[in-house]
Amino acid sequence: MTGPGPRAAGQGALESARIGVVTFPGTLDDRDAARAVRLAGGTAVPLWHADADLHQVDAVVLPGGFSYGDYLRAGAISRFAPVMGGVVDAARGGMPVLGICNGFQILAETHLLPGAMIKNDHRAFLCREQVLAVQNVDTAWTRDFAQGERITIPLKNQDGQFVADEHTLDELEAEGRVVFRYEGWNPNGSRRDIAGICNADGNVVGLMPHPEHAVEKGFGPDGPQGPRTGTDGLRFFTSVLSTLVRRSAA
Amino acid sequence: MGRVVVDVMPKPEILDPQGKAVASALPRLGFHGFTGMRQGKRFELEVEGPVTDEVLEQVRQAAATLLSNPVIEDVVRVAPAEDHDGATA
Repeated sequence: MTGPGPRAAGQGALESARIGVVTFPGTLDDRDAARAVRLAGGTAVPLWHADADLHQVDAVVLPGGFSYGDYLRAGAISRFAPVMGGVVDAARGGMPVLGICNGFQILAETHLLPGAMIKNDHRAFLCREQVLAVQNVDTAWTRDFAQGERITIPLKNQDGQFVADEHTLDELEAEGRVVFRYEGWNPNGSRRDIAGICNADGNVVGLMPHPEHAVEKGFGPDGPQGPRTGTDGLRFFTSVLSTLVRRSAA
Repeated sequence: MGRVVVDVMPKPEILDPQGKAVASALPRLGFHGFTGMRQGKRFELEVEGPVTDEVLEQVRQAAATLLSNPVIEDVVRVAPAEDHDGATA
């Protein structure tokens, strides 16, 4: 199944885009993330936490899970894994980086993104199909969405409450760096309903919900065409491929 | 052998869901009169020799970079362990 995607941009160019997917001890969703990259038309490159070499990838996904058992704090130990040195340097140099759930927690611990995630305000693990409002379509990972669009992707976590001081929150809002907001119901007490944010350049995006679980009919959330037809997550991955193809054409 | 104790607490302005959960169990067990509870973390670091100023400085740096996240937590104590800290070695 191909689905809608930026295939018109040239299949060869897309396939030559190499998206690294990092596996830490305790990562759960690396295979789903790699599959999402392939379904979008790109080439997924497995990266290992203990290998500092990024293997010439053009972008990196830090997938979800419980890296290092979430010991100490979610993402706290992963931040110091050998692979992260290269990821942080590349991100500062403009490489697109997406942190999903535990990956978002890792990006916060590295300070590539501000704030932190603490336990959900209701203190329970939660798994649901979550509606998000897209607030910024100028990032490397969201250009295939429409401003203000409502999308549905799965949310599953225990430490999903985004917190930051008021000054940081005001700054994020003023600079348009709130990329996704929870719509309808705030599932974890996150400040200002924030589900995802980006850095100042828009190449680094982190969010708690899981786009990689909504990329193929039959396996995702319910969609307008019926049960399990939702594929809103696929556009994160087609977005980054569009970003990379545009960059290489420029 | 020396030991250094590091105490880390959630910042006062940050909601502490764990402390809240534990606090809610108190009245069920008949413990009354407690108006709040916050749950922190305690680390014990061991060194071969005595706890020197250099050791303490290293621990302070480790506490600031790894053992705590300054966005949500404060390091409230870095100190050599004393007898009443429950030394076992």
